[in-house]
Amino acid sequence: MTPNVQTMPMAKALNAGLRKALGDDPKVLLMGEDIGPLGGVFRITEGLQAEFGPNRVMDTPLAESGIIGTAIGLAMGGYRPVCEIQFDGFIFPGFDQITSQLAKMTNRHEGQVAMPIVIRVPYGGHIGAVEHHQESPEAYFAHTPGLRVVSPSTPHDAYWMIQEAIASDDPVMFFEPKSRYWPKGEVNLDSHDAPLHSSAVVREGTEITLVGHGAMMSVLLASAELAAEEGTSVEVIDLRSLSPIDYAPIVASVQKTGRLVVAAEAPGSFSVSSEIAATVTERAFYSLEAPVLRVSAFDAPFPPAKLETTYLPDADRVLEAVDRAMAY
Amino acid sequence: MSITAATVQLLSPEGQLVESDASAEYLPYIDALSDDQLREFYRQMVVVRRFDVEATNLQKQGELGLWVPSIGQEGAQVGSAFAARPQDHIFPSYREHAVARIRGVDLIGVIGLLRGTTHGGWNPADAGNFHLYTLVIGSHTLHATGRAMAMTLDGTTATGDPDTDAAVMTYFGDGSTSQGDVSEAFVFAASYKAPVVFFLQNNHWAISVPVSTQSRTPLYLRSGGFGIPGIQIDGNDVLASFAVTKRNLDEARGGDGPRLIEALTYRMGPHTTSDDPVKYRLGTEVAHWQTRDPISRYETWLRSRGEGDLFFSDVAEEAEDFAADIRRRTLSLGTPSIDKMFDFVYTEPHAPLAAQKQWLTEYDASFGSDA
Repeated sequence: MTPNVQTMPMAKALNAGLRKALGDDPKVLLMGEDIGPLGGVFRITEGLQAEFGPNRVMDTPLAESGIIGTAIGLAMGGYRPVCEIQFDGFIFPGFDQITSQLAKMTNRHEGQVAMPIVIRVPYGGHIGAVEHHQESPEAYFAHTPGLRVVSPSTPHDAYWMIQEAIASDDPVMFFEPKSRYWPKGEVNLDSHDAPLHSSAVVREGTEITLVGHGAMMSVLLASAELAAEEGTSVEVIDLRSLSPIDYAPIVASVQKTGRLVVAAEAPGSFSVSSEIAATVTERAFYSLEAPVLRVSAFDAPFPPAKLETTYLPDADRVLEAVDRAMAY
Repeated sequence: MSITAATVQLLSPEGQLVESDASAEYLPYIDALSDDQLREFYRQMVVVRRFDVEATNLQKQGELGLWVPSIGQEGAQVGSAFAARPQDHIFPSYREHAVARIRGVDLIGVIGLLRGTTHGGWNPADAGNFHLYTLVIGSHTLHATGRAMAMTLDGTTATGDPDTDAAVMTYFGDGSTSQGDVSEAFVFAASYKAPVVFFLQNNHWAISVPVSTQSRTPLYLRSGGFGIPGIQIDGNDVLASFAVTKRNLDEARGGDGPRLIEALTYRMGPHTTSDDPVKYRLGTEVAHWQTRDPISRYETWLRSRGEGDLFFSDVAEEAEDFAADIRRRTLSLGTPSIDKMFDFVYTEPHAPLAAQKQWLTEYDASFGSDA
């Protein structure tokens, strides 16, 4: 049987993954602001309410804590809510319910109550947006025990990862790189590639390893191409999962290349990148030829849109770090 | 905030049935109760008050890190708890010891929370659908609302059969009405017409802050703007608490949507054993509420109906036995296994956490068996 491979943008792949999850399990519910007739502000849920009805695809009141808090109650009642937070910066009204309630609920019940809740969060910059619409808050959640945190970077990964996240009996923060919603890619509609929490080598190389996630992956792959033109062989790894992090491919890569640069759109201090730098230093110290370097946004609030290309790491900043690492 | 003409009261502080339009409406709920059921109200109030005294003593003796007494609020809790049906779900705050016991929670579970042996203490599915205590003020009112929304989606409510239709009741306090989550719970409950009764115990104090700082208007009026009918009761009147809660739960389970009950009661003790109410409230206020005690007025009424000394001495003895049993079992609550720290963070395997548990196990073992 030939695989069912279609070319589509991540937005459509997520829509297809959500449709499949809704169709496969009557306990799956979508909840969020404007996700019904409008299909969400990014149209990820387009057509789903028409297909599954307003009890399965629920336009909620405009209150993030209310969305997460009632999702917890629905999960206690046997449902599998998938909550859409409209933009990254709007997750904080729900932060208490996520970190103090959702993340701890199974632990407080000593495993007798599961919390199969997915919280979808469009995140990141590069769309020229206003304040609170371009942030990368994933580290807050990766820092919180009890949550799982993932972020796809391609349409295909988005398609299978959203289904795996919904199938998980643990709460999953699902960060969607909104600047990557529209570029198209091939999606194998029959394939579930890997476990949800697996990183992937997306370009093989021998001299230095680049690690990132989400929208940063396209920057890293472009950087690797530019570095290759200048004679440097770069390996690129897509984290896909931020909590837990699948370190085996990263450590194996660093043992081969001896050099690591970690890049992300978030501010660098106390970041996912910092965590990776620390862990790789612990696990592959004798393989390292250079210090692990971070390429990140600055420790300043996300600036007005006209400054975002200066604030966010680009290929030039990644290559500057590659050059510094190669100089050791 | 005190009793007004709008407050439903069936039993006066003097222990006499009240003649009023409201009582005429609600007394039939009391008339339908058997003598045994009426005795049970008293028994639960007395046993739980004795439990509270014992737990307070255990804290003062260093056996509990903290205690959260419910003394003074037994009427509101016992009446409302007996109004719920087995299929209902209860989402408490953290002072609902009487409700917990009536729903079937072994109160040693509550003791464990304060002794530091657990963050949970019971499985709601095995304890009358009485959910875990929630310490963050008001957060659980949203969980209650979501659980009620699940009943609507399941079709296990509003079928017209009150014996099987389910509802949710959530307990919260006057302080929590200021939390955004409570307002959001009102919004969601009204929007989805969720079968949830919000049972507000206005005990007049949020630690040291009086209810007048939380609200300048009676709190039972708060929900009206959300489209949720509110009613105020004398919370120290166990009969009013039972009758009004029963009516409101039946309305919610019948598909009429959410309801708010404000029970005017009083926290006779401190917020917790770490608190010092002498610093912020007057002894005269406490003395006033002493005259409105839920147990003494109910005892007066039961005696006026012919209940004899033997019953009251039996209950007192049962309360002593219960307290002694709690003390004995408290002292045997030891340090939990490290499994409890690691094994329930996730339901599915989590490699980094498993590695940390393995490390700790080996680290502990490195000290040898004498460690």
